[in-house]
Amino acid sequence: MSTINPSGWRPTTPSQGGETAEGTFTGNRALMLEEALIFEIGSTDTTGVDFGEAPAGKSRLAGMERAKAIGLPGLSEPETVRHYTRLSRQNYAIDLGLFPLGSCTMKHNPRLNERMARLPGFADIHPLQPVDTVQGALEAIDQLAHWLITLTGMQAVAMSPKAGAHGELCGVLAIRAALDAKGETARRIMLVPESAHGTNPATAAFAGFAVEDIPATPEGRVDVAALKARLGPDIAGVMITNPNTCGLFEPDLKDISDAVHAAGGYVYCDGANFNAIVGRVRPGDLGVDAMHINLHKTFSTPHGGGGPGSGPVVLSAALAPYAPLPFVEKTESGYRIVEEENAEEHHAGTFGRMTAFHGQMGMFTRALTYILSHGADGLRQVAEDSVLNANYVLRAMEDVLDAPFAKSGPCMHEAIFSDKGLPEGFSTLDIAKGLIDEGYHPMTVYFPLVVHGAMLVEPTETESKAALDQFIGAFRNVATKAKQGEAALKSAPHFAPRRRLDETLAARKPVLAYKDAAPAEAAE
Amino acid sequence: MRYLPLTPADRQAMLGTIGAQSIDDLFVDVPESARLSGPIAGLPMHASELAVERHMSRLAAKNIAAGSAPFFLGAGAYRHHVPASVDHIIQRGEFLTAYTPYQPEIAQGTLQMMFEFQSQIARLLGCDVANASMYDGSTACWEAISMARRVTKRGKAILSGGLHPHYVSVAKTMARFTGDQLVTGVPTLSPEPDTLDLINSIDADTSCVVVQYPDILGRIEDLSALADACHAKKALLIAVVAEPVALGAIRAPGEMGADIVVGEGQSLGVGLQFGGPYVGLFACSEKLVRQMPGRLCGETVDASGKRGFVLTLSTREQHIRREKATSNICTSSVLCALAMSVHMTLLGEKGLRQLAELNHVGASAAADRLAEVDGVELVTDRFFNEFTLKLSKEARPVVRQLADKGILAGVSLGRLYPGVEELQNGLVVAVTETTTEEDVETLASALEEVLA
Repeated sequence: MSTINPSGWRPTTPSQGGETAEGTFTGNRALMLEEALIFEIGSTDTTGVDFGEAPAGKSRLAGMERAKAIGLPGLSEPETVRHYTRLSRQNYAIDLGLFPLGSCTMKHNPRLNERMARLPGFADIHPLQPVDTVQGALEAIDQLAHWLITLTGMQAVAMSPKAGAHGELCGVLAIRAALDAKGETARRIMLVPESAHGTNPATAAFAGFAVEDIPATPEGRVDVAALKARLGPDIAGVMITNPNTCGLFEPDLKDISDAVHAAGGYVYCDGANFNAIVGRVRPGDLGVDAMHINLHKTFSTPHGGGGPGSGPVVLSAALAPYAPLPFVEKTESGYRIVEEENAEEHHAGTFGRMTAFHGQMGMFTRALTYILSHGADGLRQVAEDSVLNANYVLRAMEDVLDAPFAKSGPCMHEAIFSDKGLPEGFSTLDIAKGLIDEGYHPMTVYFPLVVHGAMLVEPTETESKAALDQFIGAFRNVATKAKQGEAALKSAPHFAPRRRLDETLAARKPVLAYKDAAPAEAAE
Repeated sequence: MRYLPLTPADRQAMLGTIGAQSIDDLFVDVPESARLSGPIAGLPMHASELAVERHMSRLAAKNIAAGSAPFFLGAGAYRHHVPASVDHIIQRGEFLTAYTPYQPEIAQGTLQMMFEFQSQIARLLGCDVANASMYDGSTACWEAISMARRVTKRGKAILSGGLHPHYVSVAKTMARFTGDQLVTGVPTLSPEPDTLDLINSIDADTSCVVVQYPDILGRIEDLSALADACHAKKALLIAVVAEPVALGAIRAPGEMGADIVVGEGQSLGVGLQFGGPYVGLFACSEKLVRQMPGRLCGETVDASGKRGFVLTLSTREQHIRREKATSNICTSSVLCALAMSVHMTLLGEKGLRQLAELNHVGASAAADRLAEVDGVELVTDRFFNEFTLKLSKEARPVVRQLADKGILAGVSLGRLYPGVEELQNGLVVAVTETTTEEDVETLASALEEVLA
């Protein structure tokens, strides 16, 4: 018997849910229709494209022809557009309202970026075209690289990582390659503070390091004394986040970097929150050796419901020789792509290739467009406004919600709250689901792990004061209801396309692909 | 600064609410020595929308777009016609500007699409289950090798010479740090892939055999014997599909016994984009699902009993298992997966089969025409829409000369395998529905001149 859905559990269809609380039988509500799966509405005989008849010709498949049906449903073009448009209306998105996910940085995505990325000269070029037919693309990559290096005060940048976590991997592999090149093979432990992103320990492990946690202080920062005490000949380095995931700047980063370097290790900085300091602080000045930059977070490339991302990694002089291939170089006769290891050249120590081609070109053009739009002055303003907006939210909420680090100093890009003071039976999750009924996407919940029932709120710099005031009003209202133990909050959301979903059932009886109903069931 | 809504008056009022004198009061935790006093020197100041558009358009105009020339490049990235409604749908703000669906009640659009995508991919690749996408084909390939190690508890992976050399490079990079042992081959200019060699090299330490289908030279062959040989030694067969349109015409790897099928989904819906972003495909049999990396969407019900979708089996993931996670992957490629899914929905079974037939018939005719040219020999006799030619001259400079004539010919094997003498005259040519007979004729006559 299959391990997927072994009990033969079948889902309800949208029309089998019975009469709903909203008073409709089908689940449809004004302007909002339930939408079946393409497998339920499409057919394998329907298509939404027109091809001319294929001319008769020779087949060279010689016995490899696909005999069995694939089972791919098709829809006509109008049905397709309607299906996906209806689905889209069940999503919250930054275009609809403030999206206060801490550490995820959901900001306005300018449509100019989209238009530029779609210019045929960028969108319709092949990664293996002769290099003199793609000089403009290479120049765009070089320009973006120049901005990233200059803004961070670093030596080099690896452009190819495909996402933030892939960038982390790149930075940690550069550290590993540098250690290996020096014969320092005993350094196999990576120190990771408790407040680090969950990807940090996973990344270190994937690069072949053992991971040791470094505790956080009660003020929400790295315990510098504990970190220094652990340094020694077995330590490869430290992975630190600055500003950190408690929303605070790590004022001792330079001191930490000096100590790590003196002990023979390297400093990796998770640059997820760079938008809070861009143009005001260069991480290179703080002794950082490697830092990934999530282009979607700081430079507004759209998140797309979960990717694609793009995670270029800036590197210090110490790690630059180990950067991955390929990279773009300017020569007297134009730009070239270095794709091969070459002992003669300055990057002889490269740790190799991380991905098939040159990285996320479609994201580079968007990020470069955004950067040029802001300029050096605008980017500095980005940092100021993101920090101002976060502190405004922090001060507006601290009388209704516990703010554990409110006395640790100004917050940076995000404000953090906890569930302390909520009555028995009420949790952070109830506040999150209550915010949905107020028309907002909830903040990040239960992260970072060092704060009980954490709520991490990041307004970002592209929100107006009026938008913040409206959000704060809703947030205060929900928090107050929770503190008063209002029962209706426990069953929120009431007005979303779905009520609370049974995640335990999904994990216990995984249904991960549509299966045609079995004949016996069809007969029922 | 059109993207920053705060006015100077707003900023003053907000600072007052916070109880700060100036914005600098909010940066007090930055050490004095690290504070920059003004905009970083040497970089331009902000620019108007018109000025930025002009700058970017000038850069774009320096490139030769595939659509403006006879175009024959493949080798892991393919040019197909993408219906206009695909781009329209992915530009809807509710898809484009949404985050990972961590709050399922208000992300059912993305979640249902992910579930539909998983179902489409599983069927296309001939597997039980697929995840909701990876970064790209090359990284998905390494993740599959990594997964085979976890499943078999063995550390030796055998990579076919027909596997894309960049995919091999990615695996080599990672194996250097993880301690996996890789046995790798390079292709020969032969109509037959190295299947027998692969079968003979499987031993008790082998975790998996990785084979591309169609392979880097465009060759296709039945994987059943290889799958049986793997299973006899308790190793896994990993198949890599870089051109999913092929599966509208030829048998799916899962049907022939592949345990894990990974791939590059770029050719449906996504576009060339100079190499990224693309969309990695990852599918396997049901019994392996808990070792599968990446994001999974599952079906469930809500508190009213209505069907709904959530991210699931997250106990495998980095934010819960930290250093014990099945991978460090945090994001995926959902918007590209949406583009691919919409394209597949528009095609349906009927459209995909028609598209595949157009590709195959066109490629077959092009191969015949190009083989008539003096100095050109057709290497591959069984292929889908991509084939390899052996030229009488080194292919890399030939490609260069053809580019000067305004023709973007195929990918020279010399670019992919710079050190391998035998391959320097090899040219991999891809033909899709976007290639016209006139394009083929232009290439054939230009080749005649260049090879004369």
